[in-house]
Amino acid sequence: MSTTPKLTIKDLQVSIEDKEILNGVNLEVKGGEIHAIMGPNGTGKSTLAQALMGHPRYEVTGGSVSLDGEDLLEMEVDERARKGLFLAMQYPSEISGVTNSDFLRSAVNARRGEGNELSIMKFMKQLDKKMDQLGMDESFASRYLNEGFSGGEKKRNEILQMLMLEPRIAILDEIDSGLDIDALKVVAEGVNSMRSPQTGFLIITHYQRLLNYVKPDFVHVVMKGRIVKSGGPELAERLEAEGYDWVKEELGIEDETVESQS
Amino acid sequence: MMNVDTGQRFDRETIIQLSQSQQEPDWMLQRRLRAWDRIGQLPFPKPEKTRIDRWNFTDFQPVQEEEGLASPEELPEELRSYISGDETDNLFIQKNSSPIFCRLSRELLAQGVLFMDLPTAVRDHGELVQKYFMTDGIQPEEQKLTALHAAWVSGGIFLYVPKDVTVETPFQVLFWAKGKGIGTFPHLLVVAEAGSDVNVVANYISDPDTEAVINGATEVFAGDNSRVRIASLHTQGQGVTEAAYRRTVVGRDADLKWIVGDLNSGKTLSDNTTHMKGSGGNARIKGITVGSGDQRSNITSTVYHWGTHTESDMTVRGVMKDQAQTILNGITKIEKGARKANGVQAEKVLMLSEEARGDANPILLIDENDVQAGHAASVGRIDPIQMFYLMSRGLTRQEAERLLIFGFVGPILETIPFESLRERITSVIERKLG
Repeated sequence: MSTTPKLTIKDLQVSIEDKEILNGVNLEVKGGEIHAIMGPNGTGKSTLAQALMGHPRYEVTGGSVSLDGEDLLEMEVDERARKGLFLAMQYPSEISGVTNSDFLRSAVNARRGEGNELSIMKFMKQLDKKMDQLGMDESFASRYLNEGFSGGEKKRNEILQMLMLEPRIAILDEIDSGLDIDALKVVAEGVNSMRSPQTGFLIITHYQRLLNYVKPDFVHVVMKGRIVKSGGPELAERLEAEGYDWVKEELGIEDETVESQS
Repeated sequence: MMNVDTGQRFDRETIIQLSQSQQEPDWMLQRRLRAWDRIGQLPFPKPEKTRIDRWNFTDFQPVQEEEGLASPEELPEELRSYISGDETDNLFIQKNSSPIFCRLSRELLAQGVLFMDLPTAVRDHGELVQKYFMTDGIQPEEQKLTALHAAWVSGGIFLYVPKDVTVETPFQVLFWAKGKGIGTFPHLLVVAEAGSDVNVVANYISDPDTEAVINGATEVFAGDNSRVRIASLHTQGQGVTEAAYRRTVVGRDADLKWIVGDLNSGKTLSDNTTHMKGSGGNARIKGITVGSGDQRSNITSTVYHWGTHTESDMTVRGVMKDQAQTILNGITKIEKGARKANGVQAEKVLMLSEEARGDANPILLIDENDVQAGHAASVGRIDPIQMFYLMSRGLTRQEAERLLIFGFVGPILETIPFESLRERITSVIERKLG
């Protein structure tokens, strides 16, 4: 598809084990845009990411999501991925017995579709290049998927997958947590290298830190399971300087979390 | 006991005829008869948590003559695919009760290696066979099935590797069952003398419509400082009930690696016991089993540590789908005096359906203080979060499941010594899980 990607979220409501977490999220992410979703812990940021990807524990109870005009919520998880949705996870699974490179090759070829698979040579070349870009040791290719990886190694591996899969819409869920400053810069460079009209980003974070290296076009604050405030990059800077209290005050919110609601 | 369809008598007289037809010396006949005379008093084995009292082990026609092969090329293609590469030197093939092909390379013959059917070995190398055949390995009086084996064994293969002889290319053994109502007693006897180095691949196969009782035995003697690699791969069809008893005696500083593939589609009783007799011996036993349909299997792996500084590692994995059930038993026994022994084991079962069942029973029995030992066991289903992760990268449910299954058995498959065999086994597993 050569058209600019577009993810449209309308009034999205999501529950986990019958407990409502998101109650009406509206957002549109287009190719070339970087949206940052910020907010304190427990406000529903990660739920948004997981629900968009189709995590089995999250149930969508209302609203709609479309990717390039197609109903995303009707699709199986793998179909969403093949249409170009990607989620860099906060806690990626460890999978024993499956090497990183075997997995990645299956994933890349699944995304490319039957008859359009990459040859092993081309794949390895591309993999080497991207691993080099992320400062990952060659041995990562033959290690089992995320098994025994440190927190930072897992995050780099998520970004490696993103670079290899070239998604249309990439969601990064707390990709910056647990990273030292050098690793953070590497991850940020990875994101910046993909910045183009071909890809839209949704970056979930509760620190401003990452946004020093990846300049967002839009910043949204999530509280109580919905977006309560949106702005430009200056909003992130103010949150970094002053915290979230002024937002709560301005909107008359006492408790920003969803957990203690109900 | 008597086989109704064929009228062939299943009695003492027929054993004498069998022994005479193979021109056996008297000691062999006496061993058979001694075993036969004990059968009535001996109990069936009682594998942990599996009832085998309704499995057929005794209704069959014990001996069926088959014609020899001039070349392995005459085998059906399906069977040929189990033979690794173009390597047909050092190859033995038995169809039902009859050895139909055996070839040993001239070079190995010149080095004193023996690779011949058991009846020939009994006649021509009686002393050697008498010393090892069903004495310190499998004993006829262990239980009813081993006694049946001792009484009725026909055909079989004897491999002898003299002191300090290294054989790079694997010896290949193919036991093929074909027909209805048959019973076979495949026997593989391997004697690796001190300092020798040997590789063996034994395949146990039956045609899909075969109905048979297979009561097999493998005995391996790994001499001091020897290095023995052996793979036993069972791919019997649905109509086969197979009991496979394997016994190894590991000498001082010997190194044993054994991979057992229990990939039958019928009923399976698999028992692999290793005796770490000499000090400093090392044994790594790996097992893999895949069950489908309403298959039942009971797989027991046991290591006895007798010698000091002996090490063992047993790893067994089972994948069960449909209504298949497996019991994986692991027993590490460290005897008094086996100081500094180290025995570890792990059994894991992955269940792919609601109705599939698996059980993993690790047992450590330790009679010596100065040792190390460890065990692990797990029985579980495919993790939905892992599935979500893989599918979120575009893999279909089927592909994701396949990756997880092969990730689960991969550490075992990797140890299969020959690539062509590994591919063969991978495709057997894929077909079973398909």
